[in-house]
Amino acid sequence: MTLTALSQFSLPFLMGSGLNVWSETLVGFNVWGLPLGLIILAAIPLVFIALYSLTYGVYGERKISAFMQDRLGPMDVGKWGILQTIADILKLIQKEDIVPTSADKFLFVIGPGILFVASFLAYAVLPFSSAFIGANLNVGLYYAIGIVALEVVGILAAGWGSNNKWALYGAVRSVAQIVSYEIPAAIALLCGAMMAGTLDMQQISILQSGEYGFAHFYLFQSPIAWLPFLIYFIASLAEVNRAPFDIPEAESELVAGYFTEYSGMKFAVIFLAEYGSMFMVSAIISVVFLGGWNSPLPNIGSLALNTWTNGPVWGAFWMIMKGFFFIFVQMWLRWTLPRLRVDQLMYLCWKVLTPFAFISFVLTAIWEIYVP
Amino acid sequence: MSNQSYTVIFYIFAAITVCSAAFVVFTRNIIYSAFSLLFTFFGIAALYVFLSADFIAVTQVVVYVGGILVLLLFGVMFTNNIMNPGEKTEVINIIPGVFLLIGVISATLYAFYTDDSWVKTGNLFQGSVVERIGFETMSRYVLPFEMSSILLLAALIGAAFLARFDKTEN
Repeated sequence: MTLTALSQFSLPFLMGSGLNVWSETLVGFNVWGLPLGLIILAAIPLVFIALYSLTYGVYGERKISAFMQDRLGPMDVGKWGILQTIADILKLIQKEDIVPTSADKFLFVIGPGILFVASFLAYAVLPFSSAFIGANLNVGLYYAIGIVALEVVGILAAGWGSNNKWALYGAVRSVAQIVSYEIPAAIALLCGAMMAGTLDMQQISILQSGEYGFAHFYLFQSPIAWLPFLIYFIASLAEVNRAPFDIPEAESELVAGYFTEYSGMKFAVIFLAEYGSMFMVSAIISVVFLGGWNSPLPNIGSLALNTWTNGPVWGAFWMIMKGFFFIFVQMWLRWTLPRLRVDQLMYLCWKVLTPFAFISFVLTAIWEIYVP
Repeated sequence: MSNQSYTVIFYIFAAITVCSAAFVVFTRNIIYSAFSLLFTFFGIAALYVFLSADFIAVTQVVVYVGGILVLLLFGVMFTNNIMNPGEKTEVINIIPGVFLLIGVISATLYAFYTDDSWVKTGNLFQGSVVERIGFETMSRYVLPFEMSSILLLAALIGAAFLARFDKTEN
């Protein structure tokens, strides 16, 4: 790296708190004409997914499930079993990469890849902080809803490529579920977009900032907002195949669903994709209804809690904490609720969630036009 | 990024689109051709992004990848003889096909060489496209919008009618 290249890149923490400064500095960072900054920009969410699924995702889920079932969970490797995930990863890396002889080799290999890319693509428009967003699109929310569709193709490739009836059943169930639940999810998010009047994720977050903290969040800005919030949360559980909507991988009927035949690192990639999309839907719900990177603490007189806890670094903290909170709720529900049957799943989507999503859509429109 | 890297990226996406589209047509395995369509749709979405049409690019992904491709894949998976690539249709018209191909290519090339100026719009639109699209849909193009919504409603009712569990027979 030459000195001129180094001088372009000052520490991002020292550069004010304007909108998107960190990401724009990274975009402008070139080494010998190569856009290295763009690669770093794309790598940051990737590293984030890997780190968070290692620590909070796998270890946290095992510990939370253990405590809910009055067990201890992993305790042997390291203090309280902290190093258990590292040991698991080492084991997965060493495993033989098995491709079944009767499998479709190409689709079997490409399936987990498409799945992971799909869960990772939406991170491009997630505003991690007021100063950091991958790509500040004016159709950000629409992109985030739409790009999930790619996951469906990865699941079908994995399920079909395995040449196993359990895998194919799991894939078909999963696709039917994702495609159906996209509708109430999209309509519920449209309610949030209607309150903001924009699809720009950064703009939606800015519109929810204010000195009273959580009172400015869209969830508390209208008396109907809890309905689309709840609908999107339920639909997002189905979109990421989490319990109680985990019939695509129902272990009592389908062994493991569409990833029955996978082992070693391919299995790890599928798991990483699942944790990636779990954070993605949690981040989307926090941006649209809970203010994204805004601090929820209000200013109380001279105790300016909101002013003290806002800013780019705090923004990243709040964003990730809100995401982690919803992931905790997802894990909590997984160990609380039993799995739905296929017909109950479709009943819930088409006869409960979709009509209520339409009702909340109309009510939000009326509220937005006539009330404030 | 410089102009040159834009050109390089454009040609990469154009190559992905054309090669995957060719693969869709030429492969014998229809499952592969359905999956290859994914890359064609994404390449086209990328080309829309190059034309600064973000909204259309995302719509392309939502409609074609999320809707049409999934439908196609389901349809292909439900057909018999997927693994039998030797099957051929009885209707093969090579000579008219070749004539048609030559005709279309020569007409396109003729039009391209005799009149090589692209049609340019007078006013370039700046800023967010989404509001503009919503406004135009609800004002100037409201009739086509409503007509397509009625068409979709009719298709939905038809699908529900076809899939309905018939109570009289059971």
